[in-house]
Amino acid sequence: MSPAIGAALDRVDGRAKVTGAARYSGEISLPNLSHAVLVGARIPSGRIIGIDCREAMVADGVLAVLTHLDLDRVAATPKLFPSLAGLTAHGQSFFPMQDDVVHYAGQPVAIVLADTLERAEHAATLVQVTYAETPSVTLLDAGRDRAYEPEKIFGGLVPGRNPTRGDPEAALRDAELNLDLTYRFAVNHQNPLEPSTTTAAWDDNDRLTVYDSTQGPTATQLSVAELLGLPPINVRVVSHYVGGSFGAKALIWPHVTLAALAARRIGRPVRLALSRDQMFHSCGHREEQEQRIRIGAGRDGRLTALTHDKISLTSHFDDWAETSLESAAIAYASPTYAGGYRLVRGNIITPTFTRGPGEATGMFALESAMDELAYLTGIDPLELRLRNHADNDPDTGKPWSSKGLKECYQRGAELFGWSDRDPEPGTRRDGQWLIGTGMATAAYPVAAPISPQRARARMYGDGSAVVEAGISEFGTGALTAMTQVAADGLGLPVHRVRFVGGTTDLPNIAAAVGSAGSGATSSAVHLACVQLRDQLIRHAVADQGSPLHGADPDTVVVRDGRMCRRDSPEVGETYHELLDRNHMPDVEALGTWMPVLPMGSDHAMHTFGAQFAEVAVDADLGRIRVRRLVGVFAPGRVLNRKTAHSQLMGGMLWGLGQALLEATRMDPHTGRYANENLADYLVPVNADAPDVTIETIEVPDSVVNPLGVKGVGEIGIVGTSAAIANAVHHATGRRIRELPITLEHLL
Amino acid sequence: MRPVSYSRVADVATAIGTVAADPGSAFLAGGTTEVDLQRIHVSRSRRLVDINDLPLRQIEELPGGGVRIGALARMSDVAQALPIRRRFPMISQALLLGASPQLRNMASIGGNLMQRVRCGYFRDVVAPCNKREPRTGCSALHGVNRGHAVLGTSEHCIATHPSDVGVAFMALDAVVLTQGPGGQRQIAIDDFYLVPGDRPDREHPLAHGELVVAIEVPPTPMASTSLYLKVRDRESYEFALASAAVAISLHDGTIDDVRLALGGIATKPWRARRAESVLTGAPATPETFTSAAEAELADAIGHGMNDFKIELARRTVVRALRMVTGDPQLHDGMAEGLLSEDGSGPADGSGPADGSGS
Ligand SMILES: Cc1cc2nc3c(=O)[nH]c(=O)nc-3n(C[C@H](O)[C@H](O)[C@H](O)COP(=O)(O)OP(=O)(O)OC[C@H]3O[C@@H](n4cnc5c(N)ncnc54)[C@H](O)[C@@H]3O)c2cc1C
Ligand code: SF4
Repeated sequence: MSPAIGAALDRVDGRAKVTGAARYSGEISLPNLSHAVLVGARIPSGRIIGIDCREAMVADGVLAVLTHLDLDRVAATPKLFPSLAGLTAHGQSFFPMQDDVVHYAGQPVAIVLADTLERAEHAATLVQVTYAETPSVTLLDAGRDRAYEPEKIFGGLVPGRNPTRGDPEAALRDAELNLDLTYRFAVNHQNPLEPSTTTAAWDDNDRLTVYDSTQGPTATQLSVAELLGLPPINVRVVSHYVGGSFGAKALIWPHVTLAALAARRIGRPVRLALSRDQMFHSCGHREEQEQRIRIGAGRDGRLTALTHDKISLTSHFDDWAETSLESAAIAYASPTYAGGYRLVRGNIITPTFTRGPGEATGMFALESAMDELAYLTGIDPLELRLRNHADNDPDTGKPWSSKGLKECYQRGAELFGWSDRDPEPGTRRDGQWLIGTGMATAAYPVAAPISPQRARARMYGDGSAVVEAGISEFGTGALTAMTQVAADGLGLPVHRVRFVGGTTDLPNIAAAVGSAGSGATSSAVHLACVQLRDQLIRHAVADQGSPLHGADPDTVVVRDGRMCRRDSPEVGETYHELLDRNHMPDVEALGTWMPVLPMGSDHAMHTFGAQFAEVAVDADLGRIRVRRLVGVFAPGRVLNRKTAHSQLMGGMLWGLGQALLEATRMDPHTGRYANENLADYLVPVNADAPDVTIETIEVPDSVVNPLGVKGVGEIGIVGTSAAIANAVHHATGRRIRELPITLEHLL
Repeated sequence: MRPVSYSRVADVATAIGTVAADPGSAFLAGGTTEVDLQRIHVSRSRRLVDINDLPLRQIEELPGGGVRIGALARMSDVAQALPIRRRFPMISQALLLGASPQLRNMASIGGNLMQRVRCGYFRDVVAPCNKREPRTGCSALHGVNRGHAVLGTSEHCIATHPSDVGVAFMALDAVVLTQGPGGQRQIAIDDFYLVPGDRPDREHPLAHGELVVAIEVPPTPMASTSLYLKVRDRESYEFALASAAVAISLHDGTIDDVRLALGGIATKPWRARRAESVLTGAPATPETFTSAAEAELADAIGHGMNDFKIELARRTVVRALRMVTGDPQLHDGMAEGLLSEDGSGPADGSGPADGSGS
């Protein structure tokens, strides 16, 4: 039996998804279901001075209109906390509809409930809200003079300044070469295909079931329970299928609890589906930000100093910045380093995770600057990176748990055909198209939950097994990959194993965020299955009726559901034979993985990769088209070649979008985004997708987790935008230090 | 969505009568604009009169080389029709470069001519907008106006007219045939689109209840080698940042006759008459093309984010003229919008990314 792990197994839920049998949170039909529509504040800042609901109340089908005047108060003030911790995971430290103050446009000010969605939508337009508006800040520039240095960011988990190494200012003064570059980033939104949706149903007055589109069922459970003042045992969360998330559903936003409050008020189940435009102001975003990089280097290209400072627009309630400095700080062996965050308070919802959170922007800045250094020194960009390769973690001096970056560079360069590149910018033409190539390093921290991760494995008497853990499937392929992990752990073929997730009734797993989902879940699943297998083997060797009686358990292996002696495979029996003979209907085991925390480890843990891009720029019209992308990554063990490849490709194409298209545009006069729809917020379409080549280098890693899984969710996007921007420079000779790069930059 | 009554009519007279009788009513064709705007409460029609059963779908060749396109012919059908592909490739290309295949299968030509602007403030019911609600102001003037117009604007409205095929019709001097409570009319396409002036809410000279029944394109022999160039941020499913429909007739390197209209940059599909007069009789050289482009854009006004469109429009004009005159320095097969032999789509995905799509 060849191992299931690594195989390109088709998605186990593929058929259910394409036939429509898969049920998403907005497709749960319950008797008496009613529909909620949120009314959002029209202004970014001020007070509500009047709400007239009379017309809405009498509209056909309307069941209730709730405002801050009559909505129940929540039992606790939410506190922003990243869901990886496995605890409550509120998206922001503010809950709306508790008073008359408006902090950001789109903040919920009323909930309309009706018997159909259309009637609720209509009645929502009839709610008349009057405001007393006060001045607002919605752009970074408008509040720049009031920027401050937060003590901590990211829910208090990350210090406002990174540890400093050496004396970077002195090193900059002494450096032969200096670069001082500033990069600007547009607001980005996650735009999952399925807008966030919650269906809430109360059993009796204090037991709640929440069908939620979430990256972490337990995160929803704990967060909602806290706000409702209920013990977690009273809140059950079901989340079988989620139509993408990309960070939008990583934390728990107010609409989830609002749905529960509304359902309790009207005594009927409530479905609350955010509309596409509401998705732009209800679940956070990648914040507007600016990053400054200063590099000191010798003429030989070796870094002597690196500083990296970032300023972000955050909300009035939270010190949030995506953590953009982490990978850039350790990507190269610079002997000196300093970096820190500054924030500006604005009238916006608290920003949040967006794919490749932090590093997708931080590595754009660093890798664009490295390309500038390559041109300054006349050193090939790839050679420059090799010269600065960090053999150990430059911050702590610890060895890497695994790295593989040099292999990624080498293989990427081969696949791309990098070696005969002419460095001169603006010289290659194909008709009216200017052709250029660029590369960048990809890096992403290996994150792990801080709580124990659990899974349960049960084998039935016939030798088939069900393995459970409370994860949701939001498109990553987790159900499929975990089936493979379970099959190998138990020594069963994949069709004899069913992996089940999707509810809080199952063993607890933290939300799958920060590329940590497959590492955390696979560890718990693997441990549960190995535990169960060992239990069965021990049973067999102790059983006088077993051919394995008396064998040393360490010499027994399992293949295809049959336990046998490693040295004489003809001696053995199947799980089924063992269980049947002993009249055992089933056997169960729980697997618990206690994650390794970076601080407590002797190793530094990071994922690396190399990105290459070829672009064509229309010399007259400025249009940029990406012709080729090559990405080679070292994500530790790959659980499923096909789904991993899809994840990486999705990330790279998103990087293309980040580089050339994606921008949510704030109108400072209205304090609202002016393009809250998918016709004006541009993401790449199929016709924009170039030829994408992806390979993975499997680096063994015995530190990060039992299977050595570093994750593929985020690394694919990191570095793509820099490789593209560097290629644009190579094509045109123009440096664009702003994302997205659009044709007006190149006219 | 607002409560709305819906009826389906089978003949033109009933259609006109029903809509004319009720000021709160509107025709419903493919619904890709109307239903959209209903759902976001910008269109506030109380009654939708479905005209899809009216016999207005034919695409007919007219004696002499013109065509007549029924108002309910679908964008995809018009794009594929042989007479259109042979005689007026720019129409076919303009259609295929617009929207998406699904939308083109639903959307009608009449509806396309009547589609509303894509200005974000027009579509955001709570923002001041003179077009949606006269005399409330124009949020776009100092707002997010990257997609807005640089020609034909007024201080009251700067919204770009979004239609692609309208640009081709403008270049070809098409005529819009209507039938309304007041009888039948033939409206020259240039008169069918109004610039905003101080009445941005008025986009067409049509009476309420007046139905577009067909578009006639007069014979234009030089249009058989015409083209439509559309410049935008992504390869598909996006309105134009700038576009040009062009047909040309050359004699010994001199321009005998030319038709040029621009899209994506003006408040109506924009006939480039100044450029045409510079071009006519001049040698077909890049210098001529540049002076023509400059003449046409001389009065253009930017409003900040869209300033770049003035230069982009100039370059789009020059590029389209180079393409239609077969400039050998342009990369073969990358000439945007040129149809492949079977007319099934742009020759190579309209650019270096070798993708599919519209
Ligand atoms: C996402 C998206 C992308 C798009 N991209 C493009 C693009 O790139 N290029 C482009 O050109 N267009 C684009 N469009 C617009 C599309 O082409 C129009 O929505 C479509 O052509 C309208 O036709 P319809 O039959 O659906 O009209 P409807 O929506 O039915 O009607 C539109 C309006 O015209 C009126 N009307 C319809 N028929 C008649 C008639 N015969 N006489 C009088 N009035 C009539 C209706 O009352 C209504 O006011 C896009 C649309 C969408 C939604
Ligand atoms: S440009 Fe026209 S449509 Fe847009 S806000 Fe101004 S008036 Fe309204």
